Amino acid sequence: MSRVDGYGRIDRSRTLTFTFDGEQYAGHPGDTLASALLANGVRRVGTSVKLDRPRGITAAWSEDPTGLVQVEEPFPEPMLLATTVDLVDGLVARGLGGRGRLAEVPDTARYDRRYTHCETLVIGAGPAGLLAARTAARRGDRVVLVDDRPAAGGSLLGTERICGRSAFDFVADTVAELRADPDVRILPRTTAFGHYDDGFVLALERRTDHLAQPPRDVSRQRVWRIRAGHVVVATGAHERPIVVEDNDRPGIMLAASARDLLHRYGVLVGREIVVFTTDDAAYDAAADLERAGARVTVVDPRPGAGGSATHHARVVGTSATGSEDGAVTAVTLDDGTVLPCDALLLSGGWNPTAHLFSHVRGALRYDAELGAFRPGEPLDGGTVVGAANGTFDLAGCLAEGRGETPEPVARRTHVLWRTEGEPARQFVDLQRDSTVADIARAVASGMRSVEHVKRYTTIGTAHDQGKTSGVIASGITAELLGVPVESLGTTTFRPPYTPVAFAALAGRQRGRLYDPERTTALHAWHVEAGAVFEDVGQWKRARYYPRPGEDMEAAVLRECAAARTGVGILDGSTLGKIDVQGPDAGVLLDRIYTNMMSSLKPGRVRYGVMCGVDGMVIDDGTVLRIDDERFLVYTTTGGAAPILDHLEEWLQTEWPELRVSLTSVTEQWATFPVVGPRSRDVIGAFAPHVDVSNAAFPFMSWLDTEVDGVPVRLARISFSGELAWEVSVDGWHAAAVWRRLLDLGAPHGITPYGTETMHVLRAEKGYPIIGQDTDGTVTPQDLGTEWAVSKKKPDFVGRRSFARPANLDPLRKQLVGLLPVDPDLKLPEGSQIVELTDALPPPPVPMLGHVTSSYRSAALGRTFALALVKGGHARIGERLTVPVDGALVPVEVTGSVLFDPEGTRRDGEPSVR
Amino acid sequence: MVSRVSGDVVTDVLRPAGALDGWAGRFAALPDSVTLLAEPFHAMVDVRTADPAALERLVGAPLPGPNAWSGGERVTAIWLGPDEWLLTSPFLSPAELEGAARETGAAALPDARLAVVDVSAQRTTVRLRGAHARDVLETGCAIDLLPRSFGAGSAAVTLLGQSGVVLLGLGPSDYRILVRSSFAAYLAEWLLDAASEWR
Repeated sequence: MSRVDGYGRIDRSRTLTFTFDGEQYAGHPGDTLASALLANGVRRVGTSVKLDRPRGITAAWSEDPTGLVQVEEPFPEPMLLATTVDLVDGLVARGLGGRGRLAEVPDTARYDRRYTHCETLVIGAGPAGLLAARTAARRGDRVVLVDDRPAAGGSLLGTERICGRSAFDFVADTVAELRADPDVRILPRTTAFGHYDDGFVLALERRTDHLAQPPRDVSRQRVWRIRAGHVVVATGAHERPIVVEDNDRPGIMLAASARDLLHRYGVLVGREIVVFTTDDAAYDAAADLERAGARVTVVDPRPGAGGSATHHARVVGTSATGSEDGAVTAVTLDDGTVLPCDALLLSGGWNPTAHLFSHVRGALRYDAELGAFRPGEPLDGGTVVGAANGTFDLAGCLAEGRGETPEPVARRTHVLWRTEGEPARQFVDLQRDSTVADIARAVASGMRSVEHVKRYTTIGTAHDQGKTSGVIASGITAELLGVPVESLGTTTFRPPYTPVAFAALAGRQRGRLYDPERTTALHAWHVEAGAVFEDVGQWKRARYYPRPGEDMEAAVLRECAAARTGVGILDGSTLGKIDVQGPDAGVLLDRIYTNMMSSLKPGRVRYGVMCGVDGMVIDDGTVLRIDDERFLVYTTTGGAAPILDHLEEWLQTEWPELRVSLTSVTEQWATFPVVGPRSRDVIGAFAPHVDVSNAAFPFMSWLDTEVDGVPVRLARISFSGELAWEVSVDGWHAAAVWRRLLDLGAPHGITPYGTETMHVLRAEKGYPIIGQDTDGTVTPQDLGTEWAVSKKKPDFVGRRSFARPANLDPLRKQLVGLLPVDPDLKLPEGSQIVELTDALPPPPVPMLGHVTSSYRSAALGRTFALALVKGGHARIGERLTVPVDGALVPVEVTGSVLFDPEGTRRDGEPSVR
Repeated sequence: MVSRVSGDVVTDVLRPAGALDGWAGRFAALPDSVTLLAEPFHAMVDVRTADPAALERLVGAPLPGPNAWSGGERVTAIWLGPDEWLLTSPFLSPAELEGAARETGAAALPDARLAVVDVSAQRTTVRLRGAHARDVLETGCAIDLLPRSFGAGSAAVTLLGQSGVVLLGLGPSDYRILVRSSFAAYLAEWLLDAASEWR
């Protein structure tokens, strides 16, 4: 055991049991997995990713490059740092060989997010951060203080004195003052991992992993999305090692980390310790470790540094002779001395933890006195204070926290990136097994930028993102290139600062809440009727209503037959609807649609086509004229939002002089097409006071009426070629009106049908679905709807493109019908179309187009398809070939209207007209 | 109440239905610190005008400026855009509110251009109250909801979860949420999930 009495902030009165690599150990509340392992004498944690070398704990917190473990219990998670895993009773973990494995069981934990806003966000609750938070709070700011440790205090060990008191008393008092302020939020165990423009910071809070009994319904982790007026980065500094040969053995770690392990957890990392340093701070570590009972030898190459006991030499190698776990047993100095030891502590100076400054493009500059890169020019909307700013003395940190300029303190960091030795065994990034030899290879290959060297060597790309290796890699690269490190710079820090689980980022957006499901007012009815739903954007639409024993094909054939021979009813409520009002409403619509809308009379309906400026069809639908200054525009379901945006953009940016306003009424109105030869009977019964004869209620007309006091709109619109009405009613009464129509239609065999039948019925009539039969490269002429393109209007969106030579090319792809010669063969949608052949020519095979829609038709008694085919209109009557699963299927090209091309069914059966 | 018979099926009168009918049981299971109440059948009309003063008499107060709502018990006006307000009323029928908006506007300023659209069924309303109401909102709404920024009288067109909403501040820990009817079930599910920490 290497636990020493009298040290540490762990609760020794309680014992926790945990398992590592199959062995059972004991630790205490307050331990991390790493401190508990070291306390039990376990120094080897795993092996390295490429070279299989034994590795241990090399730093005490999230900067550790080596101590990766796979946690199995209480919750399986790969590649966590043992230094940041809170010890809990029953923890089961094992060491890794560089790679983890994703859990094979579902993650049942809860993850969520939380937004908050403040005037001042302080990142880091060390001495500088605490004072910054206190200063802001006293000023009346709303303050958020985040800190990645379980408790405030940062790098304070408890031995310091602040304002004449023990440092921890000062911390406790300051935290108490902040907690008492309702405008201050303190978030411990929370890592700010990304800093973005305009004071936006993301932070991950670990809420339950440290608890023995995590409360149900409390999220395990929470991503805080913090918007701050001012961001104070008080994230401290990372000690950096010195690269020596065989510097990767267990038992080799950073000097300050060893000191931290002693003061935080009461763990003494060795009894026979060598400290190799070029920085004064390591002497404090050496003294503390000695006081705790270790024998410490300091090796410091700086002349005059240290006392008489200091070796003025360099460590040039380590050995593990006789060590069972591969841990260090001796170090060799450049003067030939061999010092036996069980721990080697390295200290090559300190790098300000400026990641969160760097995320928002804060520039770092090299400070030769510190031997480190520190924040250069001030940050817009933020400040960097304390060690993160390169201010390493406590008094200076406190001053900067208060917003004052600290007294300058002389430092004599001697920069030493590495000592002499075998470059292939001098590890720079221990996690990546990347060495000085790898950097030399990169430089020899001609790389001059640290960014290139990083990607070539992979240094700094592991879980720790090079917290201890990045600057050293720059330094060694600079040495090898013979340039000053300040001119080379460092690689860019990018979020996340520490790894974040995808589950945390996903938050509650999983399962049912992954994407909103939009439902119509009839959704409950559809569910009860056994509808099979399809996703149409975010909408859940009833696709078909199978009866017992029916598959989709049988159900759709039945639904189609009902609409063609009796009466069917569809929930068409998802269609987009836009109320267009104002004296210039007609002018706007004339400019937007390809056809004339201003000539439409109140009470009438017109079909219209909309194009983009490129002349390609973007939407279609019907337009009802309500009165002189008001129209109701129907868009496709998918077009509801984008077409409203399209209209608003033209109105607001190009034609602000038009007196028109647009309002979405998509969900105000539920719309039910009642379709088929018997539809007149149903509508007649539904609105007995309305004359539904063809003479009184002709095709493409509408009227408003009331049924039992409920306002209802009836319109003679047909998307099937059959006699049909669209019944529209406000959403409040949608379900009641739907049920009424079903009841009244029952004697006529009214059949609810879904979107699949709707598609078949419209395809039989050659009506295109924008987005299915078109793909953004299709003109109204290609669709055969040039009749809807006005020749009279001076201009409209898309018009000038119709004259482009490419638009006039007779070989453009045009919409046609396809009839497979085998009437039972249904072509797969998306199939390619080639010239008629009984053997495909060698590739590339010229493609003529593709199948856009394909169905089995009850009305035609066969299969059919719609397709975009080059020069298709001129090929009507020809035969072509569609390769399907290796077979060459002959098809006949037809016009796109396959059913009732004369339109005889529109007004119903002759006997009842 | 008139029932009538067609075939052998009895058809009720055309009774209105709210988008969140059927959720009351799950809402009722919430604690007092997070209460949810569906408030269906609020009449709503969208008004576009450059002369908002024309509607003051109907609302009983000046129409609100950006990010605010105003009004009394009978009619509330919510600012939606530079020339756009949403009038709501739990007491008037949609036709009454639409008619009143048109008539009040025309009477006050005969020359004012006024576009009035009934959008009563376009959105439905949910009331969220309780000590943890703001906590629930803050798990899915990016705007600053802290009381000094968003108090009684505040209004915002924003996202809650992944649903567009109109959010009204009614008082401390008291909010009204207007949501598109098609998103109402999603939002109800989302709110119940967000409230689960305080269950």
